[in-house]
Amino acid sequence: MSQAILDWSLLAAQLMLGVGMLATLYRMVRGPRAQDRILALDALYVVGLLLLVTLGIRTGSQIYFELAMLIGLLGFVGTVALAKFLMRGEVIE
Amino acid sequence: MIDELPLWLSILVSVCVVLGAGLTMAGCLGLVRFPDFYRRIHAPTMGTSMGGGLILVASAIFFTVTQQRLVIHEMVIFLFVTVTTPVTLMLLARATLFRDRIEEARDTPPSDAPKD
Amino acid sequence: MKRLFPYPVLAALLLLLWLVLQQSMGLGQILLGGAVAIAVSLAASAILPGRVRFRRITSLVQLIAVAGIDIIRSNISVLLILINPRATPSAGFIKMELQLTNQFGLAVLACLLTATPGSAWLEYDGERNTVLIHVLDLIDKDEWIATIRHRYERLLLEIFE
Repeated sequence: MSQAILDWSLLAAQLMLGVGMLATLYRMVRGPRAQDRILALDALYVVGLLLLVTLGIRTGSQIYFELAMLIGLLGFVGTVALAKFLMRGEVIE
Repeated sequence: MIDELPLWLSILVSVCVVLGAGLTMAGCLGLVRFPDFYRRIHAPTMGTSMGGGLILVASAIFFTVTQQRLVIHEMVIFLFVTVTTPVTLMLLARATLFRDRIEEARDTPPSDAPKD
Repeated sequence: MKRLFPYPVLAALLLLLWLVLQQSMGLGQILLGGAVAIAVSLAASAILPGRVRFRRITSLVQLIAVAGIDIIRSNISVLLILINPRATPSAGFIKMELQLTNQFGLAVLACLLTATPGSAWLEYDGERNTVLIHVLDLIDKDEWIATIRHRYERLLLEIFE
């Protein structure tokens, strides 16, 4: 019983996060400008990170935690580099 | 590991996860709905502040109970994401202001810095 | 002692972070984490602009509580704007002057304002000490400025200056 509740709500949550990822993808493809695409990419990696955490609860394993943290670290550095590039045209000054 | 999930745990974790995912989804839909960049910048912070927080709290509670020891390393992700997202958003906003001023776009607040 | 521990609070937080990530309280992990914490805090002294001094811990606790409540409230109000199909939020820019000049205080204020979904910190002018803020649902400019002054800036001034 309690396992069923957890399974269904996790499924619902993962579907909602999937819809959210599609929404960010739409914004990333449509643009219209470079900063909109980067903002969408930033949101996309956060949603992906949360999707991995829900996957970890579903399978009861903590391996996904490490992946989620890696995505968080790399996504931050990537977005900062892209934003710097928009501002100056080069990543390292 | 424990064999049987207690009912209160599954309900608590379910509520947190569904609420968090709903807030995150609403933020992403805001990214599609709002008409300009400066409005869109408010949307993803919903996912990183409360949406992500609820999902990570759910994960921490779930593993703490099922593994019968304190599991709080989810809080590291939460702290990291809530501290870094404002930094990236500020950088992006400044880049956008810079680009809008060069293009002399409408409704851009003027810069205070002396022209050189 | 002072040379080895230029930032004792930072080193303690790093050690705590290490132990939480390793999920162990063993002696080996404490020693290894302590070595990493000391090395990183020594390296950090090269890039940190100065020492952080918390003058009033009660104000810090109060600030954390206020920030938590405001993040929840602002999430709900942005959600209400989003699920209302006809609402077009009247967004706008605010330019306000700050009394706060401490760099750490400014950083905390910037993160707080951007982390709440209703407002975003855009640009800071160090010479005039003004800041440009974008607000999603702007109804009364002066009310926003007064809110930021009373709710956040007062506490930050008490903590850092």
